[in-house]
Amino acid sequence: MAREATKATEPNNLTIDGQTVPFKAGQTIMDAALAARIYIPHLCHYPGLKPAGNCRLCVVEANGKSVAACITPAQPGQQVCSDTSELNAARLAITQMLFVEGNHICPSCEKSGNCRLQAMGYYLGMLEEHFHQFNPRREIDASHPTVLLDRDRCILCDLCVRASRDVDKKNVFAIAGRGIHARLIVNTASGKLGDSNIEADDLAANICPVGAILIRERSFDSPIGERIYDRLSISDTAMTEHVPDKGKDHD
Amino acid sequence: MTERKIRIATTSLAGCFGCHMSFLDIDEKLALLNDRIEFNRSPLTDIKHCGPSDIGLIEGGVCNADNVRVLREYRANCAILIAVGACAITGGVPAMRNYFDLRECLEEVYLNGTGVTNPQIPSDAELPLLLDKVYPVQEVVKIDYFLPGCPPSADAFLQLLLPLLDGQKPHLAVNQLHYD
Amino acid sequence: MLMLMMSRTPLHSANFDKQHLLHRLYALQHQNCHISTESVAQVAGEFNLPVSQVAAVVDFYSFFYREPVGRYHMLLSNCTSCGYRAGGIDVLEKLCQNLNVIPGITRADGQVSISETSCIGMCDHGASMLINGMPLVGLDEKKVTQIARLVSEQTPLSKWPRDWFRIGCPIQKRGLLLRDNSRSGDSLIKALTAGPQHTLEQIVHSGLRGRGGAGFSTGRKWQFCREAAGDAHYVVCNADEGEPGTFKDRVLLQCYADALFEGMAICAFVVGAKRGFLYLRGEYRYLLNHLQETLERGYKKNLLGRSILGHDGFDFDIEIVVGAGAYICGEESALIESLEGKPGIPRIRPPFPVTHGYLGQPTAANNVETFIAAAYIANDGSERFSAVGTERSTGSKILSISGDCRLPGVYEYPFGVSIQQVLDDCGGDNVQAVQIGGPAGALLARRDFHRQISFEDVSTGGSFLVFGEKHDLLSVNQNFAHFFAHESCGFCTPCRVGTQLLEGSLKKIVDGRAVAADIDEIEQLSKLVMRYSHCGLGHTAANHILDSLKHFPELFGKRTVQQAFSPQVDLEAALETARQITHRDDADAHLE
Repeated sequence: MAREATKATEPNNLTIDGQTVPFKAGQTIMDAALAARIYIPHLCHYPGLKPAGNCRLCVVEANGKSVAACITPAQPGQQVCSDTSELNAARLAITQMLFVEGNHICPSCEKSGNCRLQAMGYYLGMLEEHFHQFNPRREIDASHPTVLLDRDRCILCDLCVRASRDVDKKNVFAIAGRGIHARLIVNTASGKLGDSNIEADDLAANICPVGAILIRERSFDSPIGERIYDRLSISDTAMTEHVPDKGKDHD
Repeated sequence: MTERKIRIATTSLAGCFGCHMSFLDIDEKLALLNDRIEFNRSPLTDIKHCGPSDIGLIEGGVCNADNVRVLREYRANCAILIAVGACAITGGVPAMRNYFDLRECLEEVYLNGTGVTNPQIPSDAELPLLLDKVYPVQEVVKIDYFLPGCPPSADAFLQLLLPLLDGQKPHLAVNQLHYD
Repeated sequence: MLMLMMSRTPLHSANFDKQHLLHRLYALQHQNCHISTESVAQVAGEFNLPVSQVAAVVDFYSFFYREPVGRYHMLLSNCTSCGYRAGGIDVLEKLCQNLNVIPGITRADGQVSISETSCIGMCDHGASMLINGMPLVGLDEKKVTQIARLVSEQTPLSKWPRDWFRIGCPIQKRGLLLRDNSRSGDSLIKALTAGPQHTLEQIVHSGLRGRGGAGFSTGRKWQFCREAAGDAHYVVCNADEGEPGTFKDRVLLQCYADALFEGMAICAFVVGAKRGFLYLRGEYRYLLNHLQETLERGYKKNLLGRSILGHDGFDFDIEIVVGAGAYICGEESALIESLEGKPGIPRIRPPFPVTHGYLGQPTAANNVETFIAAAYIANDGSERFSAVGTERSTGSKILSISGDCRLPGVYEYPFGVSIQQVLDDCGGDNVQAVQIGGPAGALLARRDFHRQISFEDVSTGGSFLVFGEKHDLLSVNQNFAHFFAHESCGFCTPCRVGTQLLEGSLKKIVDGRAVAADIDEIEQLSKLVMRYSHCGLGHTAANHILDSLKHFPELFGKRTVQQAFSPQVDLEAALETARQITHRDDADAHLE
């Protein structure tokens, strides 16, 4: 197999939209891009968590092949195109797909202004949802005293699943079901969040890019105009994201 | 060539008139527009049917047969049709009934809900018949431009309208793009 | 010998169920007609798994249900060849009428439920269904009436006419592999004599490429696996053929299982595996007994087990794992996930299964036909194999031929055979198109019938669907679009959402409500799904639409309405519920 393990110690270079970018062995295209402060749109990726590759917004052209940057190993000399009109048009369509398959009523959502799906729409200049809306009927889980699960807004990015399993070590969430019936489930016999050991300061409770997992009594705490994406672009905030270091007794 | 006033028609379908209020919020700039535009059918006039117009502004989604007819009338008479606001573009808050069957909704509201007296589902030829879902306007007719926001700000209205009055393609600035 | 017998799991024993999550869930489904929330928690305890994993598995596979299905549970194939409309009448509708059932809803008395399912691989047997998991073939109006009577009288399935369940092996044309197979054991003896390295060289030299359709060199795959470091190596046979229109593995499993297991043992010998799996598609569960008996024979002859044929240190066991209705598990990494007791979601590749497969260990996964070809090569030599076929596609290809032809069945051809030749042989007259390689493959029009079946020209896993002149090709597209929307695993956005959108767009076209812009739109969307999806399912899910647009553009043109825009929804129909609720039918209660 063409595994380039021997070159592990030498830093290598690839190019992203013509810019030379160094990378270390084991890094993905996304890792290399973020390290060089180049933004490749993404929703299901969060530095510090194992990548999943499900949202497909980060698909780039690497040596002419369409690959998801977050799960594709960086290779020496790789020519990556990302910020092209064609790829951005596809990203817009994929974002619109995420909007129509769920129930995203921004004016009524507590996460509005701090929502990464919304911010992705702004970044890509999305004016409308384009596709026919699916209007799914999804269950809301309000059984937990501090954490609320509103599946209407879930985009199946799997971040909470990974955060809970790999960082919180609680394995509270999973994705079940097939195809369009895929949905977020809770790892309890009852399937209810209230029976899980999730807590409001768990990473899994806070990493949701949309308004699917919400901390109660924290809604609308910043006024319109002062919310994250009133001020910043998702391409800015993406540069500062990282799973907090695991030192348990911070605070 | 004498300058003809640009004729604008507006309506609110399944909306709250908030977008119209925001439109009026352009305040003193209304005076600026006043020399260049005139209104056809609109909540601001008493014209009953949309006549030939240059620009149609549609607020609100499509929730019943009457909305469909009005929207079609606007499409047939407006050279440029613009979907204004979250409800027109996505269905918005009225579309929150879309997760339920229409029958369930009506039964809950008119038959089984708490506090219902004289339970019966209204049925009268005078009442517009409800569609099974609330639809965004672009699912019903062809829409030329979109102005998102709940509501779009007064500045966003201007950003959209001013170029159109000059026969140019409008472009919404990134800081004016929001869905709430 | 007794030890050997005990090292394996007898069929239908508690052990067989305990052996694998899917088997345990199947047993519960079978017993209780559904898998309750309590059962999910109970099984999670038994297997020491998170409840969410068991729940995810139950929800992923089509043959598991959260709500009770009927005691007679009928799943009618919706394939274009063995589907419920294959015989000209809609047997699903007829059955539902006769039994007073709404499709997908269990009758109030809990006796019957009728639903549809993806192709069940009975395409050479006419309209077919699975009834409580057993294939019942050749459905026609008469049979439907009889079925309704038997169900009403609550006659147990065991007392239903035997021949309804008889699945034939219609081999219409034999070549290298479909021959007398009485010499069981010869291939393995030769391989053991030659040694693993020499056997591997033979496989490499033969030019054998994977018969699932992708065509990766089998020899190279085995070599990579052999060279990969790991705690254990595994052999996996992919018997999850699910491309609508393919059934050749069914015939191979039915008639050539000895050769298959021998091929797997040879592979194990080469790569150094002690354990192998046959992943059998749930639709072929009826073959389980036969396959277990064949394994049993193999153990008795010491073709499997410890110190195989006296070769010290060569131990190899084969387990059968039965799937539960998920086309995506034909994708090898999804299959391995399924083997590991998870939903069949394709993994991120690289790493590939050949280095990181089952339990993260080196795994050689091949198609049924590939293993049988490997057994042939071990016995007859690579030269005799590569003498057949073309330079880059050596050997033979076994095709499953069905649709509008007089002689459906299994045909074995040397690679390089022309499509026209195949059509001549199977009695396909007045054919307007063929779909080769299933819905994910290629749709070809008459002008392409000179083309050849081979990896370098028209590649196929085995499905060969024939469409006569009278066949409405757009309805075929619609059928395929439904197939992909139903079978998408849901992992990635473009496939999960895009296949749904494609199905909706095709419906609009078929219903005659689309405009020219919709045709452009479906083309764009097709390309998007194929380019941006995670795995092969999405990458190929819209081939059939693009092929149709390319070869039969007039079909789309004919259905479109000449206006600039038409709504996706039928608005007049969208008022129907309100009309019913309010009992209104006045002019204002209608739109058009």
